[in-house]
Amino acid sequence: MKFIAGEFDVAVIGAGHAGIEAGLAAARLGCKTGVFTINMDAVGNCPCNPSIGGTAKGHLVREIDALGGEMGKATDDCFLQIRMLNRGKGPAVHSLRAQIDRRAYSTRMKHTLELQENLELRQAEIVALERTEDGRWLLTTRLEAQYYSKTVILATGTYLGGKVYVGDVSYESGPDGMFPSKFLPDSLEKLGMRIRRFKTGTPARVLKSSIDFSELEEQSGDEPVVPFSYDTEHPKENKIKCHISWTNEKTKQIILDNIDRSPMYSGKIEGIGPRYCPSIEDKIMRFSDKPRHQLFIEPCGIDTEEMYLQGMSSSLPEDVQLKFYHSIKGLENCVVMRPAYAIEYFCADPIQMNQTLEFMDFPGLYGAGQFNGSSGYEEAAAQGLVAGINAALKVLGREPMILDRASSYIGTLIDDLVTKGCNDPYRMMTSRSEYRLILRQDNADTRLTPIGREVGLITDRRWQKFTEKQKLMKQELERIKKTVIPPSEELNKILVSRETSEVNTGIRLIDLLKRPELNYDVLKSIDTTRPDINPNIFEQVEIEIKYEGYIKRQLIIIEQVRKMEKKLLPKDIDYSKIEGLRLEAREKLNKVRPSNLGQAGRISGVSPADISVLVIYLASLKNHGKEN
Amino acid sequence: MSERTIAAIATANGIGGVGVIRISGENSKQVAEKVFKSVSDKKITEMKGYTATYGKVYDGDELIDEAVALVFNAPHSYTGEDVVEISCHGGMYVTKRVLRAVLKNGAVSAEPGEFTKRAFLNGKMGLTEAESVMDIISARGSQSARAALSCMEGKLRQKIDSVRERLVNCAAHLSAWADYPEDDIPQVNTDNLIETLTECKTELSKLLKNYDAGKVIREGVDTVIAGRPNVGKSTLMNLLSGCERSIVTNIPGTTRDVIEETVMLGEIPLNLSDTAGIRSTDDPVESIGVQKAKERVMRAGLVFAVFDSSQPLSDDDRELVELLKDAPAVAVINKTDLEQQLDVEFISQRLKHIVYISALNGNGADELEKEVADIVGTANLDASEGILATERQRVSAENALNSVCEAIDTIKMGITLDAVTVVIEDAINSLLELTGERVTETVVDRVFSHFCVGK
Repeated sequence: MKFIAGEFDVAVIGAGHAGIEAGLAAARLGCKTGVFTINMDAVGNCPCNPSIGGTAKGHLVREIDALGGEMGKATDDCFLQIRMLNRGKGPAVHSLRAQIDRRAYSTRMKHTLELQENLELRQAEIVALERTEDGRWLLTTRLEAQYYSKTVILATGTYLGGKVYVGDVSYESGPDGMFPSKFLPDSLEKLGMRIRRFKTGTPARVLKSSIDFSELEEQSGDEPVVPFSYDTEHPKENKIKCHISWTNEKTKQIILDNIDRSPMYSGKIEGIGPRYCPSIEDKIMRFSDKPRHQLFIEPCGIDTEEMYLQGMSSSLPEDVQLKFYHSIKGLENCVVMRPAYAIEYFCADPIQMNQTLEFMDFPGLYGAGQFNGSSGYEEAAAQGLVAGINAALKVLGREPMILDRASSYIGTLIDDLVTKGCNDPYRMMTSRSEYRLILRQDNADTRLTPIGREVGLITDRRWQKFTEKQKLMKQELERIKKTVIPPSEELNKILVSRETSEVNTGIRLIDLLKRPELNYDVLKSIDTTRPDINPNIFEQVEIEIKYEGYIKRQLIIIEQVRKMEKKLLPKDIDYSKIEGLRLEAREKLNKVRPSNLGQAGRISGVSPADISVLVIYLASLKNHGKEN
Repeated sequence: MSERTIAAIATANGIGGVGVIRISGENSKQVAEKVFKSVSDKKITEMKGYTATYGKVYDGDELIDEAVALVFNAPHSYTGEDVVEISCHGGMYVTKRVLRAVLKNGAVSAEPGEFTKRAFLNGKMGLTEAESVMDIISARGSQSARAALSCMEGKLRQKIDSVRERLVNCAAHLSAWADYPEDDIPQVNTDNLIETLTECKTELSKLLKNYDAGKVIREGVDTVIAGRPNVGKSTLMNLLSGCERSIVTNIPGTTRDVIEETVMLGEIPLNLSDTAGIRSTDDPVESIGVQKAKERVMRAGLVFAVFDSSQPLSDDDRELVELLKDAPAVAVINKTDLEQQLDVEFISQRLKHIVYISALNGNGADELEKEVADIVGTANLDASEGILATERQRVSAENALNSVCEAIDTIKMGITLDAVTVVIEDAINSLLELTGERVTETVVDRVFSHFCVGK
């Protein structure tokens, strides 16, 4: 029998990486928050790779941290190995990645939710979501408990209508053998929401003691450890090594011989898989001329012998899996503990949402994570944070927080999703940001902590630390501008050794640091007035001055773009009635309903000419009132 | 959006025997009706689309010309709006008077390219196409028309695409290499990168060089005929006028001593002006004229300096030769059929281009054409190669070229490749502006189609 079990300001459906950030943000902003999970043991689960960060994803984690989110801190607490990827390729693409202990991470996150004031964590499957007459939402659980909530955040991950595929076998299931959310999809369709099916997949986990590591290449963490969170002052140590192996001709042959048994290739799976995360059979079919593919063997934790085979996801039958895994060096006798599988799930077309991640047609309803068509823990957490913040701000009657593309990877991610939509699960990449020389992982705090502070997620202690760091950065910049290094044998010796021209007059420290061949480290001995401060400050100052020209150019573009972003488009425009717009543009604009001209210009199928038409249209609105 | 009704002469200045005045906009038929009276008493406002009627054009009560009015109904017209075209008997004077009458009766003068802009805004044509059409309208010679056509057919597009393809491939490789550090991506080799970028630089430079030559063909070159009186300037004028379809306009000059007309020398339109003689004088009034003539000569894109070979070189001739020493000038030596008195050596030591002509047998036109093509840079121009047709295309290509050069410099300076990638993307962006695509998506798509990445 149905009964009213409670009321929330913000209800979050799902307690994965999106749900966690959403719930914590809303509760920390003072909203009465409920977080629902199908299984209490699946809070903060990592059903795929046991790692957090990576290219562009590491940027996202830093940004989440800078805004006051949890992911960076939890990663610092639970990592087994941490590396800064892309050293030497330039500061824009430096990216942190951590291997984590996945059980420890899940426990850490669950405990954080349990301890959070204003937050109630519940094990319940939400089976219905309805709009009440007074504009609230009514959630019904499988056990017929009902909750009212002013706002709801859908963060359902791969649970929503989840279906697992292994060869010919398929069954309804969430990730890692959890129950799927079976009834909610119908309820969402009843609301009038456009949903569709995506798929993803994960490789096998194998028993550590059955692997022969003796001839495999090792991969260790970086020393010293660079933590994710700006809060972490004493980072932990690296604990484990990963290993690298390769597929071979035999692997390829086994897969080719059995490709007709793949549900992807036999047409059984309709869902669209990610381009960036192809299964091994995808890689072999699409890049048939490549003789071998790389795989990484990563521990799933300290207290487990399960090893994750990164790069080897598959939906082939278990017998085929065993054959091809056994064809790989080091894995000849491996014991597969969990076979690889593909999972298909429902998600929403994100162009139904605006930049706060609220559905334009369903006020108070937000989406985050895989539900929005993205992929990846970090992408999910970033959206969860934004949805949680905005749901709370709405409840509190405050202005929404909108991050634009120029502010962050988070802003870029959300803008891409709600403006262009996605045809396959969306993964963040540095190449997706046109401002990547500015959106670096080293300056995420400079870019976003003031915003986090304004929202209310940055504590006084942290704010003080932040402002102190900004002050020191300014002082350091002043210092290197003023400091003149006299010509000396020692200086010229350094310059010669770095293959840059010698000096015979005094030179400002800043001008030395501008040279690509030089950096803070090599100039240490001649820089006698250098203060004893956090080396991150030196790093950031050096990047800012070395790349000044390129950064300035991006700033000019940002200024131009922001002008366009300020030209707001009324939400109720009927684009099909605007003369001069091409047909495709009318359709796309009506679908996306952009909030400003900048966003309109980024819709695929809207040309610069269409934007000119819109500019003229907006001008005519101003001149003649709403004649049209 | 209610738009003004606009009108303009639709035939390029003076080309062809018929002048067309095009009127476009909501009130185009009403405007046309006020100036045009059909002989069969048909009212233009009641005519169907795609119909024509013969009648007379009046400015008030005054008859201007006999003409044909053609009616097109929206959206089945060039601009997508109601359009009336009045075809009259050509000649600048009459055509302009008809236009003036139309403007008096409610239409406003169209800005350059406004018809095409409206056609474009009303979805009648794409941007590249629109730009090419504008060029065809103003194409004055056959080579120009060919360049414009080949542009429409995508020659330029192909050129730009090939440069863009190479740049996108570079950017995709750099992106895959940065975004998938642990995948099996071939190492980025800066030497290869510089090589590809240098190829792009060469291609873009070539396109830009062609643009200047292309501009000459589109817009003509301002040409001054200079020389003492009676050296044969009129002979030269006749020689030029004798060229096929030569004189296309004949507008009296604004000053008494300058006559302007456009003639075709081969495929190059010359905007000719004849100056007063350049000679020393004590008369203050005349010296102002001479000073003016000198300035004109110095400003011109091309100067024909005419000399009489049957007379010795005068002081004025020498002064002219000295004046033109570094100018784009052709020395035209006339009267070669008479006894030679002229010190040609003095001229040939100072002026690179010398042509001999004779009024009697009309020789020399071909020579002159060759020398001119050489000076204005059209000699080596192959119009079918793809020519940047518009200023916008030129700016895009130029920006792309600058970015490509900067990318090369950035690599050579030893700056990290993330900055190089951003600069290459700037170059791609400049080229994509021509088609409206976006650089980040283009590069990301390329990463996935060319590289086996991801876990």
